[in-house]
Amino acid sequence: MGLTFSSLLNSFASLVRWSKDKDVRILMLGLDSAGKTTILYRLQIGEVVSTIPTIGFNVETVEYKNIKFQVWDLGGQSSIRPYWRCYFPNTSAIIYVIDSSDHSRLGTSRSELLTMLSEDELSGVPLLVFCNKQDADGALKPEEISEQLGLAGAETARQWSVHGCCATKGEGLEEGLDWLVNAIQNK
Amino acid sequence: MAYVSKKEEESGLSSYYNNKTTIIQEARVFNDSPISPRKCRALLTRIVYLLYIGETFSSQEATTLFFGTTKLFQHKDSALRQMVYLAIKELAPTAEGVIMVTGSIMKDMQPNSEVIYRPNAIRALCRIIDPSMAQGVERFIKAAIVDRTPSISSAALVSSYHLFPQAKDIVKRWVNEAQEAVNAKSSPSLFGGSSGGYLNFGSSSSSNSGYQPIPSTSYITQYHALGLLYLIRQQDRMAVTKMIQQLGGGKSGAGTTLKNSMALCMLIRYAAKVMEEDPNIQKQILDLLDGWLRHKSDMVNFEAARAICEMKHVTATQLTKPIAVLQLFLSSPKPVLKFAATRTLAALALTHPAGVAACNVDLENLIADPNRSVATYAITTLLKTGNEASVDRLMKQITGFMSEISDEFKVIVVDAIRSLCLKFPSKHVSMLAFLSGVLRDEGGYEFKRAVVEAMFDMIKYIADCKEQALSHLCEFIEDCEFTKLSVRVLHLLGVEGPRAPQPTKYIRYIYNRVVLENAAVRAAAVSSLAKFGVNSIDAGLRRSVGVLLSRCLDDVDDEVRDRAAMYVRIVKEKPLAVAYVKEDSVFSLAALESKLVAYVNDAAAATQPFDSSAIPKISRAQLAAEASRPSTLDTIAVPTRTNASPPPPTAAETQSTYAQQLTEVTELADYGPVLNSSAKLVQLTEAETEYQVTCVKHIFKEHVVFQFNVSNTLPDTVLEQVSVIMQPQTESGLTEDFILPVPTLTVSTSPSIVYVSLTRDSPEEYVTASFQCILKFISKELDPSTGEPEDEGYEDEYQLEEVDLTAGGDYIIPSYSTFSSEWDRLRSGATATETFSLTAMESIKAACDSIIEILNMEPLGGTEMPSSASVHTLQLSGLVTGGGGKVLVRCRMTFSKGQGVALELGVRAEQENACALVVSAISG
Repeated sequence: MGLTFSSLLNSFASLVRWSKDKDVRILMLGLDSAGKTTILYRLQIGEVVSTIPTIGFNVETVEYKNIKFQVWDLGGQSSIRPYWRCYFPNTSAIIYVIDSSDHSRLGTSRSELLTMLSEDELSGVPLLVFCNKQDADGALKPEEISEQLGLAGAETARQWSVHGCCATKGEGLEEGLDWLVNAIQNK
Repeated sequence: MAYVSKKEEESGLSSYYNNKTTIIQEARVFNDSPISPRKCRALLTRIVYLLYIGETFSSQEATTLFFGTTKLFQHKDSALRQMVYLAIKELAPTAEGVIMVTGSIMKDMQPNSEVIYRPNAIRALCRIIDPSMAQGVERFIKAAIVDRTPSISSAALVSSYHLFPQAKDIVKRWVNEAQEAVNAKSSPSLFGGSSGGYLNFGSSSSSNSGYQPIPSTSYITQYHALGLLYLIRQQDRMAVTKMIQQLGGGKSGAGTTLKNSMALCMLIRYAAKVMEEDPNIQKQILDLLDGWLRHKSDMVNFEAARAICEMKHVTATQLTKPIAVLQLFLSSPKPVLKFAATRTLAALALTHPAGVAACNVDLENLIADPNRSVATYAITTLLKTGNEASVDRLMKQITGFMSEISDEFKVIVVDAIRSLCLKFPSKHVSMLAFLSGVLRDEGGYEFKRAVVEAMFDMIKYIADCKEQALSHLCEFIEDCEFTKLSVRVLHLLGVEGPRAPQPTKYIRYIYNRVVLENAAVRAAAVSSLAKFGVNSIDAGLRRSVGVLLSRCLDDVDDEVRDRAAMYVRIVKEKPLAVAYVKEDSVFSLAALESKLVAYVNDAAAATQPFDSSAIPKISRAQLAAEASRPSTLDTIAVPTRTNASPPPPTAAETQSTYAQQLTEVTELADYGPVLNSSAKLVQLTEAETEYQVTCVKHIFKEHVVFQFNVSNTLPDTVLEQVSVIMQPQTESGLTEDFILPVPTLTVSTSPSIVYVSLTRDSPEEYVTASFQCILKFISKELDPSTGEPEDEGYEDEYQLEEVDLTAGGDYIIPSYSTFSSEWDRLRSGATATETFSLTAMESIKAACDSIIEILNMEPLGGTEMPSSASVHTLQLSGLVTGGGGKVLVRCRMTFSKGQGVALELGVRAEQENACALVVSAISG
C-alpha cells in the first residue's frame, strides 16, 4: 500500500515539476515535405497555415492539456539533416513525421530514423511516429509503415508508437499526443 | 594555459573572466530549460566582446557556440534576441551550418512582426545567405528598403550593399527602391533631438509589445541609400553624373533633398571623381561645390573646399572661396576642424603657395597649438608659403618639438625643409644644422631616409654645402643601423668624394665600414673605394687605395671578395677602368629586362650566351631622368590622394607588352623572338571615321608581322570576318604567309587585332617597302530589340592609308654611345660616305629633325640643336636589330639660301648591310 502511494506521489510530483517550471523539449523530425511545420502550427494555433520549405528550424511553445511543450521543428532537406544532431541534447521526446503517400522515400526515411535513434544523446527518449497524409490516395496504413520500419523487436530500450494522422484535417494528432504525454510521464 | 596567465598579468581578473575557455564551458546555459535571458545575454556579450578585441575561435568552437545561440530563438525576450543577432553576425564567418538560422531570421523580418529586432534580423541575414538565396529574399529586402522606419530601411540598404559583390545582378534590380529611400521626404520627426537617434535601441528594451519606431532626425538612411545607388551605378559615368545633378539640387545647392551631412559629403566625393574623369562637366560641378561651401554643416563645407583644392588645374580665382572657408576653420575651437583645414592647406601650399599665404596670420597662431599634429601642419605650411625672413624663427619653433611628434610627422617636416633648402639656398647653413641634428635623434627607417635624401638633394643642388653635408653623412654611417642607407651614402661618397678638395679624409670613414659592417655594406664600401682609386688625380692616393683593396681580398663574403678582386685589377689597368668605372652609358633597363625574359623563356636560346649588344643604351643623365623620384624638388610627401594616372609606358615597356601579346598567337609561335616592334602607332584612318585602324610592325628573324588594331565605333553594327588586304607597291622581297582575321567585331570588343604575316625572302637583307591596305569585312546590323545580329550582311571594303616598312623605326633603334671613341673604333668596319643636296630643306634645324625622324637614331652631345645657321655636324648613334650591330652617323651640313642644305653623310657600322640600310634610307 505504502509502495503504491509513494509511486503515485512520485509520478504526481514529477508531473507538477515539469508542468510548472520546466518546458518539455520535443524534437519534430522527418524528411522534407513530410508535413512537420504544418503539424506544428496545427498544434499551436489550430489552423492550417501555408508553409514554405523550412530552411533551418521553427520553434514554438505548444500547450496541450496544461502541459507546455517546446516543439522544435527542424527542416528536413538533405542539406539540413546533418545539423539535426546539434539539437539532440536535453530532448524529452521525438516526433518523427513520415509522408505516408511517399512510397519511394520510405526507405530513406527509415534509415534517417534509425541513424538518429542510434545516437547516445537520444537513448531512452520516447518516440512517436506520425504517418501523415493519411487522406492522400495510396497512403500506407500506419500498421504497414510500422512493419516496414521494423521498430518492433529492435527498439527495446525506449517507448515508441506509430500513429496515423492527417495534419490538414487535424485527425489523429490528439491521439498521438495523448500517447506521448503518457510516455513522458512514465519515463 | 601560459597564454591565460599572461593575459591575467596584463589586465587582472576581468581577462580571466573573459577568456575563451571559460566562455565555451559556460555556453551550457544556452541548453538550460527554461532559459534565463539575463544569463544568456551576459554570455553573448562576452563572446562578442572577445571577438571584437581580436580573439579568434576555431571553426569547431564557433560552430558549437553558434548552435547554442540558435537555441535562444525559443525565447521571445527582445533584448536577448538583439544580442543573439549580434552574436550570429560575428560568428557567421567562422561557424559551419549558419544556414540553420535562415528560417528564423526570415520570420523576424516579416513586416507583420512589429518588433524592435527587425533591423537586426535584416543585418544578420546578409551574413548568412549565399548568392543563390538572394533571389529568395528579394521581396523582403525590397519592401524593407522602402519601409518608413529609418532603422529598417538603413539595415536593408546596408545589407544590400554587402550583398552586392556576390549577387550583383539581383541587387541591381533594387535600384528603384534605393532611389525612393534617398528621396524620402520626411521621416516622422517628433523630437528635435540630436542626430544619431536611430541607434537608440536601449531605450525601448523594457517594452516588448508596443514597439514604437524611434523617430530619426539624422536622415542617415539617405547616406546608406546613396552608397548603394553609387555602388550599383559606379560603372556608368553618365548615370552617376545624372544622380549628382538630381541630388545636388540646382545651382545654389538649396533644392537638394539630401538632409544628411554625411550623404552630402559622399555626394561631393562622387562629384569630385566624376569631375576628374570628365573635364566637360567641371563648370557645372564647380557651381554645385560653390553652393555647398555655404551649407550649414561644417562637414559639408570642408568636403566641398577640399574637393576644389584637390581639383586638377585649379585656378587661383577658383581657390579664393574654399581657402576662405578653410581659414575660418583655422580659428575654430574644434581640433578636428583645425586639423582638417591645416592638412588640406599644407597639401595645397605645394601647388598654390600664394593662395595659401592669405591664411598665414591664422597659421601663425597655430604653431604653438597643443595638438602637435595641427602645429606640424601649420609650420610646414608656413615654411612653404612664408618668406626668407621667417624661416629661422620657424626652424627654431620646429626644433623645439621634433622630439614630441611621431615619425610620420617628422618625415613631413623634413620634406618641407628639403624643398625649403632648394627655395632659399642662402639658408642652407641653418637647415643643414637642423638636418644633421635630427639625424642624430632616435627615429625609424622612413624618417632617416627622408633626412638622408634631403641631404642628398642639398649636395646635388647647393654646391656650397657639399663638403659640410658629406662630412655629416660620414658621421652618420659611423653609427647607422640601416644597411640600405649606409649603402646609399657610401655610393654617394664614391661619386662625390674623389672630386672633393681633400678626398683622403673620406677614405678613413669608408674603410672603417669594410672593417666593421655586414657584407652588403662592405661590398658597397669596396666599390666606393675603387672609385677613389680610379678617379682620383693624386697618384699616391691611388696607390694607397690599391693597398686597401688588396686587403679586402681576404674577406669572408664572396661578393665582397669578388668586387675587391675586380677592382684591384681595374685600378691597375686603365682601359678596364674606362669601360667599367668611367663609362657613362648604361643599358636601358626596361629593354634589358624584356630581352632577358624572352631569353629565359626561350629554351632553344639557352645554348648560346645572352647577346647584350642588341640592347639599346642610354646615358646616365637619361637614366636619372627616367628614374627621377617624384619627390625631388617641390613635390612633398604630404598625404594627398594621389589619383594621378601612371606615367605613359616607355617604349621598352610597350615592346614587352607587344611581345607578350604575340606569344599568345599560336600561328606565330615558331617565329622566334621579336627583334623589334615599331615604337609608334601609325594611324591608318582619320580620327573621326566609323572604323579606326592603327598599325604596329613587328620584325622577326625571317618574318615581318603587321599588327592592325581595328576599332568599330558603330554601336548598332557588327563586323564579321574582318581582315586587311596588303598589296606591295613594287617588288618588295616579302611574301605573304597568312592573314589572321577577326571573326566578329563590335563596339565592346574593339579594338581587336588583325595580324598579317609576311616572310622575308632573304632574311639578311633589310627590305623596305610600301603597301596599300584595304580593310575588308562583312557588315551586319544589330536588331535593336534583341541585340542579335541579322542573318544577312553585306561585304564591304574600306581604303586605309599606306603602310611603310622603313629603316628608321623598323630596323634601327636609338642607342646611346660615346661618339668620338666609337667613331674611331669603327674606322676599320663598314663605312660609307655620300653627299646629298637637300634643296627642299629650309634650315639646318629642319634637316636635323627630319634626318633624326627618318633614321630613328639617338642624337649625341646636343648636336640635334644646331648652334650655327650655316654649318653644322649632327652625330647619331643607333643599333640595327637582329644582330646588325652598332651604327654611327655623322652628318656634316652646310646651308645657303636658295640652295637648301648640302649634306655629307658619313656612316660607320659594324656590318656592311647596316651601313647600306642607312644610306638607302636617306637616299630613298
